[in-house]
Amino acid sequence: MITFLQRAVIMGIPLLFGSTGETITEKSGHLNLGIPGVMYMGGICAVIGAFFYENAVGPENIVPFLAILIPLACALLGSLLMGLVYSFFTVTLRANQNVTGLALTTFGVGFGNFFGGSLIKLADADVPSINLTATSSVFKTKLPYDALLNAMSAANAPSWLTAFVRGFCDLFLSYSFLAYAAIIIAFATAYILKRTRVGLHLRAVGENPGTADAAGINVGRYKYVSTCLGSMIAGLGGLYYIMDYAFGVWSNNGFGDRGWLAIALVIFTVWKPNVGIIGSFLFGGLLIIHNYIPGLGVADQELIKALPYVVTVIVLIFVSAREKKESLPPQSLGLSYFREER
Amino acid sequence: MREPLFHISKRTEIALVKAWLIRIAAIALALVLCAIVTFALTGLNPLRVFATLVDGAIGTARRRWSLLQGTAILLCISLAVTPAFKMRFWNTGAEGQVLAGAMATATCMLFLGNRLPSPVLFPIMFVCAVIAGSVWGVIPALFKAKWNTNETLFTLMMNYIAMQIINYFVYQWAVPKGSGQIGIINGDTKAGWLPAIFGQSYLCNILIVVVITIFIFIYLRFSKHGYEIAVVGESENTARYIGINVKRVIIRTMLLSGAICGICGLLIVSGTDHTVTRDSAGGQGFTAIMVSWLAKFDPIVMIFVSMLIIFLQKGAIEISTQFGLNKSFSEILTGIIIFFIIGCEFFINYQIHFNHSRKEAKA
Amino acid sequence: MSDKTPAIELKNITKTFGKVVANKDVCLTVNYGEILSILGENGSGKTTLMNMISGIYYPDAGQILVGGKEVIIASPKDAFQYKIGMIHQHFKLVDVFSATENIILGLENQGRYDLKAAAQRVREISEQYGFDIDPNQKIYEMSVSQKQTVEIIKVLYRGADILILDEPTAVLTPQETEKLFKILRRMREDGKAIVIITHKLHEVLSLSDKVAVLRKGEYIGTVNTAETSENQLTEMMVGKKVSLNIQRSEPKDPRERLIVAHLKCENKEGIKELDDVCFTANSGEILGIAGIAGSGQRELLETIAGLHPANYGGIQYVDPATGKLENLRDKTPLEIRNLGVRLSFVPEDRLGMGLVGNMGITDNMMLRSYRAGKGAFLKKKEPESLADRIISQLEVVTPDKATPVRRLSGGNVQKVLVGREIAAAPTVLMAAYPVRGLDINSSYMIYNLLNEQKEKGVAVIFVGEDLDVLLELCDRIVVIGQGRITGIVDARTTTKEEIGLLMTKGGSK
Repeated sequence: MITFLQRAVIMGIPLLFGSTGETITEKSGHLNLGIPGVMYMGGICAVIGAFFYENAVGPENIVPFLAILIPLACALLGSLLMGLVYSFFTVTLRANQNVTGLALTTFGVGFGNFFGGSLIKLADADVPSINLTATSSVFKTKLPYDALLNAMSAANAPSWLTAFVRGFCDLFLSYSFLAYAAIIIAFATAYILKRTRVGLHLRAVGENPGTADAAGINVGRYKYVSTCLGSMIAGLGGLYYIMDYAFGVWSNNGFGDRGWLAIALVIFTVWKPNVGIIGSFLFGGLLIIHNYIPGLGVADQELIKALPYVVTVIVLIFVSAREKKESLPPQSLGLSYFREER
Repeated sequence: MREPLFHISKRTEIALVKAWLIRIAAIALALVLCAIVTFALTGLNPLRVFATLVDGAIGTARRRWSLLQGTAILLCISLAVTPAFKMRFWNTGAEGQVLAGAMATATCMLFLGNRLPSPVLFPIMFVCAVIAGSVWGVIPALFKAKWNTNETLFTLMMNYIAMQIINYFVYQWAVPKGSGQIGIINGDTKAGWLPAIFGQSYLCNILIVVVITIFIFIYLRFSKHGYEIAVVGESENTARYIGINVKRVIIRTMLLSGAICGICGLLIVSGTDHTVTRDSAGGQGFTAIMVSWLAKFDPIVMIFVSMLIIFLQKGAIEISTQFGLNKSFSEILTGIIIFFIIGCEFFINYQIHFNHSRKEAKA
Repeated sequence: MSDKTPAIELKNITKTFGKVVANKDVCLTVNYGEILSILGENGSGKTTLMNMISGIYYPDAGQILVGGKEVIIASPKDAFQYKIGMIHQHFKLVDVFSATENIILGLENQGRYDLKAAAQRVREISEQYGFDIDPNQKIYEMSVSQKQTVEIIKVLYRGADILILDEPTAVLTPQETEKLFKILRRMREDGKAIVIITHKLHEVLSLSDKVAVLRKGEYIGTVNTAETSENQLTEMMVGKKVSLNIQRSEPKDPRERLIVAHLKCENKEGIKELDDVCFTANSGEILGIAGIAGSGQRELLETIAGLHPANYGGIQYVDPATGKLENLRDKTPLEIRNLGVRLSFVPEDRLGMGLVGNMGITDNMMLRSYRAGKGAFLKKKEPESLADRIISQLEVVTPDKATPVRRLSGGNVQKVLVGREIAAAPTVLMAAYPVRGLDINSSYMIYNLLNEQKEKGVAVIFVGEDLDVLLELCDRIVVIGQGRITGIVDARTTTKEEIGLLMTKGGSK
């Protein structure tokens, strides 16, 4: 049971990054269908950064600080560039958001798979495959609570207590720092959106840019910043996936449909990042639950994997039927804003 | 207060020639950028890049057929989403609708393939594919009509539900059992395979898409339905004013959109792959959305746009094979081209006025 | 009242848009602790004038003085600095936000973001002036009058002491209006300067200290409310009758064609749009509908055309051939047409409703007729020849009949629309503001077309805003005020003043 929950959390973290980022973007009125591409981009940039670093100094000699900083910076930079491209097209050039987003996904996924598949050749490196276990293990550093447990058993603590502490630690303390970062970012985003002036202004921009403009809010700047920031957060999802979940081993299309799942999650959580924390673990759980249901055929597993999407559709229908305005998508989602058209 | 450097206004009109010049310039710029990117990655002389590109796309007869076939499939899906887009219904679910049609076709081939004679089998396959595609398309439309449910997100989700359902059946009916794939269906008898015409196995596909192109062209331009779609897309108020039942038009159009996607699924399964996987549509449902939009919903322009994209993809694949690079190289180039075409629309729709010479303009 | 200091003085303000003079040499003074009404018909330039004070437009000539000092107001922000706040007719609010959130939206440098403190401040303002509002209520749950309250508090919250209200009562019920006036009076006692734009005489008389009258962009004069009368104000507002020389023939054999009885419509919020409307339109006559904009004219025509639901009452059509009565209420436009009723409608919103802006003339001709004929395909021949006919007969200026109509000038757009509606050989023709924005020649062409239809025995319903035109073109005039019919008069014998008075009456019954 504890392993299941633990795995569900690990599966859920990339989705949480993605959906938090996408929520910020959507709150400014931009439906960024390029998020899957952005997350790929975040992942591959981290891989590229780490790959060159590991190759330069050798996997044994890496400095933990740099091993984290370099991929992190690369992932952020890569996804920031994607966010800039998207906002340049949709905000400045007022291009159609869906088309731009899809093009971004095509580009990002292609970029990821291309470099994932060709990096070794391009870098003329002398390795059989991209295997960044060394960097990954740095990323996967977790709290040393094993020492505590060892100490407890050494001190002859009652076995039920040890088991309880072990369970507690496994469930809550066994993740890498990025996982906690995801949760903190989600909470922070929820707080900013709900409880600060910046959040109020951002939501106004997404709901009714004309009103926001009239109130003296710089609509374009809010849109740019939120899109880019959203992309960077989503990019961290790619980083987490590759460095933590996948042990630093890049496989093409390994990231799969997680980007779309992140978009689904935004709807599922009715645009609330704090709900997204639970939601992402739920989605993560749905993705792996088939391993924990005894007697399930391979085929049935595939049907279970459709559940997150089905649930999302039901939520979408439900909120539209109920017409509760707070749960509806931001009102001007998907529309370009041009002041003179007011 | 500082005066802004320039301001932007919407153009009321632009000469057709000028608009096309802007587009062509954008494509040319994009190609140059593609060549630079290729050069940076492979060290290939930029001129040779184009030569390889062209060779990869149309170098041999086989490649030419493959180009036409690829164009046909992409065009078919683009045509399918077009009526919905013209109505301002953002059908991002073409992928799923194609897969629904593909699955239906595969099912017919598997279970009826060797039992019914072709003249009976093909109509059944056709009907099943059309029904499957349109059902998948109409579900979001029903909710859009009833509760104004956001169709972009709904249709998007339907894609992945379709994929997982296909995966389910692929595992269920895997040949051999447990292999996780269906494999070539009826490889020995070729039952349910679209026949080769003049020895060209793709020709049948291409001809069917030609028919669909003509149909959509006429439907949108000359039929009463097409006219209603245009009116609803331009102004729902006007549509109500002349007594068009907007909800009915939405549902009817999505039935059609889904049906053509379904046919495309049939072309992919019965006419090309002879098998079905969750990747049967290969992301073309999304590419088609871009094609349709870039072509301004004009079926004739769509032919060229889809051919341009397939041309680029085939050519890029050739480049990547030659240099032992990954095939996804083509997606990078496609992305670049699409970005440029999207971007150039801004210069067609808007005008930039620089303010340095007209101080009096702003009081 | 010499103890009052002037808040705003306008001196010889002039503003033109292209060739149209919106304001010419306007001079106004508002004192602190005073309510000034600006009275004028639609298009008299009231809103333009106020937009210059609030920084949306910039005057071409003239001076604006605030508190005795000349100022330049180039943006709404500047206006706010001079403590001027404007409450627009169209609210600028975010629906899913609470009242407080909307009120503080866009305010920077106000210290810590504290909704509770802001809500408290909103409550204080509310108590001070007697507003009835819940600071945490969401806008979408609010009635129109509550939304207006939010807009007013928004301005007060920013510390404005000069308030401009643009037709604040247009969307309010009489009770709500009374409440608003009470609040405005309290603000006056508090020393604020208030400018209220209106065209309702009784409101002017009951509320304001002074009245400034504008007519067709020109400043007519300011009078003290205590020293004036309805008749004087009406005369200032509508001016002397101008002769237009529109031809008018006697109705030939008028028979009942369209009978509207006790029609009642309410909008979603339960506010009455039409209330007990009864009239009959006869064949061979032009029935004018006069009223201040937004008094229910649009709802009336749209309800008849089957585009707007009615809550009560009847709409009946008398078949000219058989004399049979057909019920039109609660029928869709298509059902009405299928009954064989040839009802043509030239809506107010030409490009948003009557025509499709991005389509050419031919395709727009088809809007009415595209269903004709069997088969799935459009028959383009007839619409094309109709397009040709309209272009040549009505002298439509267009490069060709495929050019999108949104590129044509306003007059040509209207010719296309009216031409199409007339080509359907109607038995009832409704036209809402058919000459709005048109030049003289085009306007006369439209009058002639309407007269032609009248002579053919069509029942013509003409909604207009220019009283001179209504008086010369129509046979009878129905005057509508706040959704009620305030009078039906004979256009040949009535006077402008009589209609003007009737127009401003509704609602206060």
